[in-house]
Amino acid sequence: MSATKQQALFQSPKSVMTVSQLTGILRTSIESQFTDLWLEGEVSNLRMPGSGHVYCTLKDEFSQIRAVLFRSSALRLRFALQEGMCIIVRGRLTVYEPRGEYQIVLDSVEPKGIGALQLAFEQLKARLTAEGLFDEAKKVSLPPFPQRVGIVTSPTGAAIRDMLAVLHRRWPTLHVIVVPVPVQGDGAAQQIADAVGWLNEEDLVDVMIVGRGGGSMEDLWSFNEEVVVRAIAASRVPVVSAVGHETDVTLTDFAADRRAATPSAAAETVVQVLAEVVERLRVLTIRTTQTMGRHCMFEQRRLDAQIGKLSEMRLRIRLEWQRTQDTVDRLRTLTSDRLAAGRDLIRERQRELAVLNPVFLVKRSLAMVTFLMQRLERQIFVLADGRRHRMAALAAQLAQLSPLAILGRGYSILSRVRDGAIVRKAADAQLEEEVIARLSQGQLHCTVKRVLPDPLV
Amino acid sequence: MGGVKFEQAMARLEAIVGELEKGDLPLDESLKIFEEGIRLSKSCLKILEDAEHKVEVLVQDRNGKKRLQAFSPDENAGDDSSDESSS
Repeated sequence: MSATKQQALFQSPKSVMTVSQLTGILRTSIESQFTDLWLEGEVSNLRMPGSGHVYCTLKDEFSQIRAVLFRSSALRLRFALQEGMCIIVRGRLTVYEPRGEYQIVLDSVEPKGIGALQLAFEQLKARLTAEGLFDEAKKVSLPPFPQRVGIVTSPTGAAIRDMLAVLHRRWPTLHVIVVPVPVQGDGAAQQIADAVGWLNEEDLVDVMIVGRGGGSMEDLWSFNEEVVVRAIAASRVPVVSAVGHETDVTLTDFAADRRAATPSAAAETVVQVLAEVVERLRVLTIRTTQTMGRHCMFEQRRLDAQIGKLSEMRLRIRLEWQRTQDTVDRLRTLTSDRLAAGRDLIRERQRELAVLNPVFLVKRSLAMVTFLMQRLERQIFVLADGRRHRMAALAAQLAQLSPLAILGRGYSILSRVRDGAIVRKAADAQLEEEVIARLSQGQLHCTVKRVLPDPLV
Repeated sequence: MGGVKFEQAMARLEAIVGELEKGDLPLDESLKIFEEGIRLSKSCLKILEDAEHKVEVLVQDRNGKKRLQAFSPDENAGDDSSDESSS
């Protein structure tokens, strides 16, 4: 529709327009006039339906305007729109004909007073902090002597060169594994996160550095992306962050176990200086040996002192021994003198006793008895002999008077067997009693057949 | 991993030196840990001597298989040089 035709329509009172016609004219007019404008306002009535488009109202003290942020633009938005937020937007005006409403279609949105990235940073930081991702308690200490170090960064550029140089200078025998990733641009964040995850899965390194060299906040942005921050927070392998320069702070720094100001600083953080460690080891070894040596020397001295004390004691013992020996000798002499004297005394007493000993007396008396007995025997023998002679003489004398001599003349002597009594008269014997008749030669044993007291003839 | 072994050995060695320098151990026990210390010192040195300098880079071939190969940053320099700079 041309400008002249529009004017004609407005000027002719007879021509009546439809709402659509009017809306169409207004739409064309508005859309051609406000193709690119900047607008400042406060967000209200914020709605984000499933379509991905974002709807809200921008208002100030006195007016308001509907605003829409289509899905494609909404995706580019790094921070989250919030109710009441003051924003500066850039866009164009359109008219939504079905409702006759004009609205602003937003191309880009900036928070007022603060950069969009800065706001996005603050928002994500607040959210992840609340989630506990940056808790100090989750941080692990770096291994003091890593043997294998992983580096997640761009394989080109100064950062990797600097890090490798520093690592090699400090610990020349280090094993380094570089996981190359793009460090800016679309998809970089995901690759960085994957690299961190891969190093954890493979268990290849003791510690890793994640970072890049300096750049604008936009350049460093991948290191503020949630996927990277989460991967680093979840890393079992200790992570040292090294993003940009000293003044650059990223969420990666918060999630890492240690933040280094620069890639070179990170390299210095992860490894000690090998030469210093070797020196420390050497010093420790020397200290071990020296201390042991000192201890041995100390013990040696103590031993020497003990030996000295011992020999001193030995000398003293020897002296004591001598003195004891002397005393013993003296005692011995003294004792033997006393003993000798005692012995003499005993001998004397023994002699005295011997004289008085009853045994000797008895023995002597016994000897005397024997002697006397012998004398007695001899005397008896002599006596007996004399008697025998006298008896013989008497026997001869007796023979003259012996009844035997009478018997020779035919007499006999009768005696009882019973008691040997001489039977002098018949009544002395009993009937059937045995009697013996002694003849001049031999005897007769007789039995009394008859006892005749008186001579019958 | 050798790093952990080395770390433990160094820590133990430091502890032994401290213990020896405190000087309140009897001679036989001192000798025992002294020998341990010397042994540790030797094994630490061996770990350090046995380590080998190596820089590898992860590469992915056409069918997506990952492997490590020797890496030298200078060879790769220039093809993807960004504006980043390191300090």
